[in-house]
Amino acid sequence: MTRARGVLLVRIAGLSAAVLLLELLCRTGVVNPMTILPPSDMLTAMLDLLSAGDLNDGMMQTFSTIAIAFVLAIALGTAAGAVIHRIPRLRAVLDPLLASYYSIPTFIFYPLLVALFALGKTPLVILGMMSATPAVIISTLAGLDSVPQVLLKLARAQRLGRLRTLGWIILPQCLPRLFSGFKLALSYALIGVIAGEFLLSGTGLGYAISFAYQSFDNRAMYGAMLFVLLAAITANGLLFVWEDRLARRRMKQ
Amino acid sequence: MSTPPDPHVVMEGVVRRYDGPPPVHALGPIDLSLARGEFFSVVGPSGCGKSTLMDVLCGLATPTAGTVRFEGRALHGEVPDGIGVVFQEDASLAWLSVRQNIAFGLRLSRLPAREITERVEHAIAFMGLRAFADHYPAQLSGGMRQRVCIARTLVLRPRLILLDEPFGALDQQTRLLMGDELLRLWRETNATILLITHALDEAAMLSDRVGVVSARPGRFIDLVETGWPRERDSRIVSDPRFGAITARLWSSLRTESLKTMGVVT
Repeated sequence: MTRARGVLLVRIAGLSAAVLLLELLCRTGVVNPMTILPPSDMLTAMLDLLSAGDLNDGMMQTFSTIAIAFVLAIALGTAAGAVIHRIPRLRAVLDPLLASYYSIPTFIFYPLLVALFALGKTPLVILGMMSATPAVIISTLAGLDSVPQVLLKLARAQRLGRLRTLGWIILPQCLPRLFSGFKLALSYALIGVIAGEFLLSGTGLGYAISFAYQSFDNRAMYGAMLFVLLAAITANGLLFVWEDRLARRRMKQ
Repeated sequence: MSTPPDPHVVMEGVVRRYDGPPPVHALGPIDLSLARGEFFSVVGPSGCGKSTLMDVLCGLATPTAGTVRFEGRALHGEVPDGIGVVFQEDASLAWLSVRQNIAFGLRLSRLPAREITERVEHAIAFMGLRAFADHYPAQLSGGMRQRVCIARTLVLRPRLILLDEPFGALDQQTRLLMGDELLRLWRETNATILLITHALDEAAMLSDRVGVVSARPGRFIDLVETGWPRERDSRIVSDPRFGAITARLWSSLRTESLKTMGVVT
């Protein structure tokens, strides 16, 4: 067995043990099952919601909003990162602001966005984008910083033009760092959109959780929560596998 | 400085200044002519402008004054066809295998695929990389990566090869062996080679001529003809003349090195 596979097995065993413990605590009454549903009931509730199609609209709404916010964050963040990288004075001004951006709970701006754009997809997309873009800007800056001068000299010595230098040298060199930023951006977009839906929206998975919570429907609430959790883990896991494949070539020793 | 009968590269009154701040007079005036097929090395103290000299010579930097001509044509801020450059730092591309790294040099060429494959496979074999052709740079030692970079330059079949301290990061034994490979490459390709190095023994062993550069602003203060036969390898270090050449290089360079260290003004 490889070391990586061993680590994965230990990780899965640890998580399974935690879930089993929670199941046991709920079933024996140590934890009130009215407060926290046993994990097996959460799973049943989630499957019931999915088979009844109760989450279909919410899924469509939430996932499409996250996808748009994510793509816009990548486009805007990469472009902004490239511009900031080219202008050192601008970078000197923005660097501390970018570093402290994560301390700002961006969803506090949601009411303002609703006032500006009315309820609907637009304020949620902007909220998701606002949450995700700084991660992309920071990773773009780190990626561009990682391009050694010698590779730019190589590009000139090989008579590559600007576009070829970008496509053949700069982007492949930056890719691992950009990818880390994209992974973070997806997580932040998801948090921003679901938090927005939870607060004020009338649609989406965040709203479904909020509605179930306010209706004291614990089963539906935990079912929807588990679904969001699994969806987030799956999306992140896919990006992780892709990133790992990219990194494996470079890091082989 | 004497001009060879068939100059391949000519530098006339080349000066390179950087505006700063602070403004720096890095190089020159430099006058240099390299004969076709010559192996020329440049030695000098740290910071004397050796790398600047290479940048100017290959067209990566434009001289502030003076002209550089390669095969009779003046260079204007870009690297012309026929010049291959190997840098001091590791310039292998981490995301490409050895074979892909070497073929990278030919991506822009309009050669048929078969010719590209032939050239790449020849360069792989010539540089002793056959067993590592599908490895990635992270799986190779520093010396092997530098070989990959040299092979990537070789596939272009350059007529002038510029090497900026290519063995600087290698241990002494590997450097001697890489020196042998470089001599073999020089003989097989008939290219003109300009090697920049800080190692006097390396310059004395490999070159037909060695130019000694002063402390900044770099100028040639001595030019040493080694008189070695074209067929030579690292065993030449046991030749009594080798010691004499190295001693002369050091005697020219010692004061300049002390100037760089601030011991002599």
